Amino acid sequence: MMRQGKIRGLVPVILGIYIFILYGPVLLLPLFSFNDNIYMTFPIRDLTLKWYGQMIEEKAMITALWASVKVTAAIASTIFGFMSAKAMVTYKIVGKGYVLALIMVPLVVPSIILGASLLSFFRQFLDVELTLWTVALAYTLISTPFSLLVIMARLEGFDRSLEEASADLGMSAWQTFRRVTLPLAMPGVLASLLLSFMVSFDEFMLAFFLSSNQATLPVYMYGLLRFPDFLPAILALGSCILVVSVALISTAEWLRRGQDKTLH
Amino acid sequence: MASAGELINRGAETRARPSGRSRLWRWWYTSESLRGYALLAPTLMFMVFMLLVALTSLVAQSFMTNAGANAEFTLDNYAAIFAPNGDIFRILLLRSLWMSVLITVCVVLFCYPIAYLLAFHVKRHKVFWLIVITIPFWTSYLLRVFSWKVILQQEGVLNSVMLWLGVIDAPLNTLLHNRSAVIVTLTHAWAAFAILPIYVSLEKIDRSWLEASIDLGDSFWRRFLRVTLPLSMPGVLGATLLLFIRNVGDFVTPALVGGVSGTMLGNIIVSLFTDMANEPLVAAVSIFMMLSLTAVACLFVLLIGGRKRLRGVT
Repeated sequence: MMRQGKIRGLVPVILGIYIFILYGPVLLLPLFSFNDNIYMTFPIRDLTLKWYGQMIEEKAMITALWASVKVTAAIASTIFGFMSAKAMVTYKIVGKGYVLALIMVPLVVPSIILGASLLSFFRQFLDVELTLWTVALAYTLISTPFSLLVIMARLEGFDRSLEEASADLGMSAWQTFRRVTLPLAMPGVLASLLLSFMVSFDEFMLAFFLSSNQATLPVYMYGLLRFPDFLPAILALGSCILVVSVALISTAEWLRRGQDKTLH
Repeated sequence: MASAGELINRGAETRARPSGRSRLWRWWYTSESLRGYALLAPTLMFMVFMLLVALTSLVAQSFMTNAGANAEFTLDNYAAIFAPNGDIFRILLLRSLWMSVLITVCVVLFCYPIAYLLAFHVKRHKVFWLIVITIPFWTSYLLRVFSWKVILQQEGVLNSVMLWLGVIDAPLNTLLHNRSAVIVTLTHAWAAFAILPIYVSLEKIDRSWLEASIDLGDSFWRRFLRVTLPLSMPGVLGATLLLFIRNVGDFVTPALVGGVSGTMLGNIIVSLFTDMANEPLVAAVSIFMMLSLTAVACLFVLLIGGRKRLRGVT
């Protein structure tokens, strides 16, 4: 077609512009984190690593403290996601649509309302102290939909008869799960672990409501944003977070889609 | 006709059945739903507690006085919202809804062309491009907002670049702390999120319909308006609804780049929580926001549904 031919030359250009717009603002953070100036203005004159030094001194503790919470939430949501995905894919369930809708609710509700209702749930209804573990529960809540979607997509792709064959060959349900289902679902499970970790890692609103006096990394950063003196150190911290995020997400996305040849 | 595999499988199940065939066992073996729900039970219980019970607790708290364990029933929280001097809540709600509409429209307008390009004109390395476009969505939302603060602030990137190019003589202090800053920031923050559903619904369109439209003499734009756009509507509407709902409750962006004129309802909820520690009023305002949101969303769905039904009739 004529039209096709005319557009083809422009495709890389337009893609390039979009990628620039999507990434440009975010990439300013690492760029200015090396800037030896408290103001973020062009042109950049001197480069420095001192903001990274300042950051490492103070923030290592917070990161370590919360890492375990996020790992716990990622594992919990992956287990929830796996069990429900298996149920959805294997069995014909009455009211499947409603079940799926219920699990997807955390994706749709504004996080400020989730935060307020969980706060009321923990403080007023259960009357428990806000600890790291109440935050872990909240993280699990918002990551479970992602886990379910990722693992379900993976499980839908493979042939049920493999599990049936294993059962016919005398494997117990547990052996079938461990030696057939789990290995087949593995890319999905790994992607789900990474994505849920990432979701908790970046989460701000719920942690803001629920973390009481122990700030998570995003809450801590948000608190510092008002003070211009701290901005460069936050840029350094943010750049580290970006690098970790992009590495984790690229891996997860590669696991999730990259092996799916039908998309190519 | 059952396939050979199913027959064999059925045989296996019969063999596995315990000899004492109690009713419960038979039900267990014959009801797929039951086994499905057994596997779903932990997740569902968790969801019911963390969502439904939590929401009920929020509703209950919104009718209480702010006295912790000694709280009593009261309607004061709602009275505060609807009282004549409580118009700040109503103004901010309307502003939040309106800004969310604007942001959603901007996101869709920004995302549609790239989704279209990816679906129809990118032939190789589609997966690669999709991954590249989705990655920013997963990076820290706080950082994405923060980067716009860096760009727009008075001692920021945009001002310094314009000064350097000689477009302006002195830094502008009007870029940040207003509504447009909030709209630009949120449009950018959600772009990666909307591209995917739109792309998926475009990708699903049967190519032969597009060819048929051209063969029958439609121009590019006519084909787009009459075939491509309507068929991609599921993705567009899905993204629209989700973006609209999520943006109304936003608080980080207005707090960081919004200034006074960009303040939204989320900001007042947060300040009631942090500065006044008035959790019952937080609950009431949240419920108020959620009900208004649900109403608007339902209206939107009804309008869309109504239009579809009309088209079906004619």
